[in-house]
Amino acid sequence: MDLKRTPLYETHRALGAKMVEFGGWEMPVQYKGILDEHRVVRTAAGLFDIDHMGQVRVTGPEALAYLNFLLSANFTDMAISTAKYAVMCYSDGTCVDDTFVYRFSDEWMVVINAGNRDKDIVWMRAQSAGWNVTLEDVSDEFYMLAFQGPLAEEILQKVEPFDLSAIRYHQAREFQIDGQRGILARTGYTGEDGFELFVPASHGKHVWDAILEAGKDKGVLPIGLGARDSLRFEARFALYGHEIDANTTPLEAGLGWACDLNKNFIGRDALLKQKLEGVKRKLVGFEMLERGIARGGYEISVDGRSVGTVTSGMPAPTLEKNIGLGYVPPELAKIGTEFDVIIRGKPARARVVKTPFYANRARGK
Amino acid sequence: MSSGKEISYPTDLKYAATHEWVRVEGDTATVGISDYAQDALGDIVFVELPVVGMELRAKSGFGVVESVKAASDVFMPVGGSISATNDELANAPETVNADAFGAGWMIKISPFNADDLAKLMDAATYKSKIESGEIH
Repeated sequence: MDLKRTPLYETHRALGAKMVEFGGWEMPVQYKGILDEHRVVRTAAGLFDIDHMGQVRVTGPEALAYLNFLLSANFTDMAISTAKYAVMCYSDGTCVDDTFVYRFSDEWMVVINAGNRDKDIVWMRAQSAGWNVTLEDVSDEFYMLAFQGPLAEEILQKVEPFDLSAIRYHQAREFQIDGQRGILARTGYTGEDGFELFVPASHGKHVWDAILEAGKDKGVLPIGLGARDSLRFEARFALYGHEIDANTTPLEAGLGWACDLNKNFIGRDALLKQKLEGVKRKLVGFEMLERGIARGGYEISVDGRSVGTVTSGMPAPTLEKNIGLGYVPPELAKIGTEFDVIIRGKPARARVVKTPFYANRARGK
Repeated sequence: MSSGKEISYPTDLKYAATHEWVRVEGDTATVGISDYAQDALGDIVFVELPVVGMELRAKSGFGVVESVKAASDVFMPVGGSISATNDELANAPETVNADAFGAGWMIKISPFNADDLAKLMDAATYKSKIESGEIH
């Protein structure tokens, strides 16, 4: 299969990026190095090409009702120009994908994961039967960038004419650039304050260059998928294919807060049943007590008996600890509980700790 | 492929397709991973090495190098007995990134099976196979 490339591909190469396959795309995994890039986002700001993410525009008289049926969150009282996280479930309650939904005055936009784009759109269209809605894949109309870090607002303010401080956490603002529509939102996937931008596709490189230039004297760096993963991991944001997939439910993944079980949506009945009966496994965060790095797919065991699986694990750059996320039976989910992670055939002790591993400063905004 | 730095291929070493290098001095073979390999792995955060005295055949795994993203096995380019390991790497695994062919060495094999040397590549062959994409 031919890998897709974003229009900034050559720009990334020129910046010294190493490219890897991710979700059918050839994307930068790192430029300067994952550790440096991770630290820059935690202490200054970093710029991400996330144009591989997909966007679906939903319009029509029943757009709200359709989205309430399609997705786990309740959008009824959502304010115009705000964003909300939601899970798209199958009828058995497992995950099609996780999404960010934006509400605008006359349309909605659903942001979906790169690797799930085709599957999601097929699913969304199939579920739209009987609803008076129009779905359009607008992924190619917008160039999606993220600019994240404690200095993101200050630096971005140099290139944006309107007052960024007026955009609060999970609020969005539409703007015009050369007569075309753009969107800027205080959202992100790093655990830091910051923004995600949807600019007209033709302006992707222009905006990318302008932000890097504006942040040059503050140490701003382009950030690859490697640090994007370590940043989201420390902040305990789920990654599809790891913490959530077609075998896990949002309740097991600790995403119950994104599910309104009081409204009817695809998967609701299965989730309600699971909630009443109690989940059989829970996603927990853990820290290694012995030497060794847990990785996604490693087995979790107690007294030599397999009890669960690691979903993501790595040395956390900000915490300087080897930590992980994994599924365990509820009785092992309590903070302080110890279990073994099997690393190359040998058990290494780990202990359940509070998550997020890194406190999400963005939420305070 | 590099992060702005030229990848180096010292010509006095032999290379395995799995990216280990070998330096032969008398009956001792010193082994590490190539500059290309450390660059491809990125920030190295953990190196697991065998115990001294272990006998291992060529191509069998002798340890693990972990970057932020992943764990990668490292293999014996030549068979033999592990006579020393670089214990400095336990506290400073980033040395492999900084000096892959020097202070970032991993193991010494002595005695080693000299016949295995013939199956390794010289620097020019190793470099051309990487640049053509034959090995990666």
